[in-house]
Amino acid sequence: MPQYRDNAVVLRTYKLKESDRIVVFMTEHHGKVRAVAKGVRKSGSRFGGRLEPMSHVDVLFATGRELDIVSQVELIGTTNKARNDLDRLSRGMSMVEVVDQLGMEREETPHLYKMLVGALETLNSTDSDLVLGAFFLKLLTSEGARPELDFCVACREAIGELDGGSYYFNLENGGVQCRRCSLGRRVSGDALLLMRAILGGRMIEALNYDSGAASREVTELATLVMEHHTERRLKTMHTNIH
Amino acid sequence: MASPYSPPMQALIDELGRMPGIGPKSAQRIAFHLLKVPEEDARRLAQSILNAKAKVRFCEMCFNISDEPQCSVCSDERRDRTMICVVEESRDVVALEKTGVYKGLYHVLLGAINPLEGIGVDQLKIRELMMRINDAEPAIQEVILSTNPNTEGDVTAMYLQRLLAPFEIKVTKLASGLPVGGDLEYADELTLGRAIEGRREVGA
Repeated sequence: MPQYRDNAVVLRTYKLKESDRIVVFMTEHHGKVRAVAKGVRKSGSRFGGRLEPMSHVDVLFATGRELDIVSQVELIGTTNKARNDLDRLSRGMSMVEVVDQLGMEREETPHLYKMLVGALETLNSTDSDLVLGAFFLKLLTSEGARPELDFCVACREAIGELDGGSYYFNLENGGVQCRRCSLGRRVSGDALLLMRAILGGRMIEALNYDSGAASREVTELATLVMEHHTERRLKTMHTNIH
Repeated sequence: MASPYSPPMQALIDELGRMPGIGPKSAQRIAFHLLKVPEEDARRLAQSILNAKAKVRFCEMCFNISDEPQCSVCSDERRDRTMICVVEESRDVVALEKTGVYKGLYHVLLGAINPLEGIGVDQLKIRELMMRINDAEPAIQEVILSTNPNTEGDVTAMYLQRLLAPFEIKVTKLASGLPVGGDLEYADELTLGRAIEGRREVGA
């Protein structure tokens, strides 16, 4: 049976038969891979614990007829802090859910893999709502759906320097609207400032500026934009466990 | 293509095929087996399915399966009524009862929070657990979180831990570590890590 090896992040698992699981991975070189992990639900399983969602692993796959088989798994990094904190864990779940939606089976998308690994590492080291919102915004940019934050999407006038008042965000047109064109969802100047910093590559600055309320606003807005882009609801954002 | 089976046989195969873990081939095999068994055996099987459906219900206290309004654990006066062990499913109660170690009460959530499947707090018996703890007489002293040691179980346990924090109740979680009979070198890092964190002094 031919084998191949790849680095991957576990996106989700499904129960299969008595004690097996189907595991969905986002791999570095083979796109999204679905594979069967045998016997992993038994407590004596050699690698069951490594195949939980968000685990970053080095996997040896055996090519199967329909689904590949997981032969060996080693952990690459640990996400202990993210796993032992309810807020961080639920943010991580949302990250893997969105990558599962965007990834295509067997289609190489190394950027998705790299962005997910980076975001999970940040999640492990940083306790902020902004980590999730920033991940969504960066994914949207890589998908060619970067929200327009500098010009009004209706009249194309420059928004310019942001003040403390509120602006508008139009989901349909994918960007901010000036106060004269005021159509869409209200968004604060602070939240827009954070979004500009994130998309301008100034993530550390954004995290330092983090005010809690504005971060939540950014994550809420980024979730709406992402749901609009994928045309699917993000289940993890609606389970009400916060 | 028309089914090669007569309609009653096809209906039987279809119904069996809807059971968990039974594919079309297994359904066909079981259907042929049932045709061969004496009519009395088939009737007994059908009757036991109907009986179970009619009589088995959820215990009104803990949501364990029971044929009475209260299950055998909740109605047993000898059980310690100050402890509640929270589990995901009724079969977890069976597994814990087999150990013979635990003498308190249970609460079955009928599932676990699974954000990726969209299963949240409202689909589980969490509100009922909180009401039970609020109204308990004698007061609950300890809640043991015994959800499965996987992501869904951990999310559920952490959520309950947060809900229970304002109460003056000892909240514990099942120990997680090495399986009896296993080799240390084959243990995965997460399990071994938890085993080290949860180590305890011996001979004390």
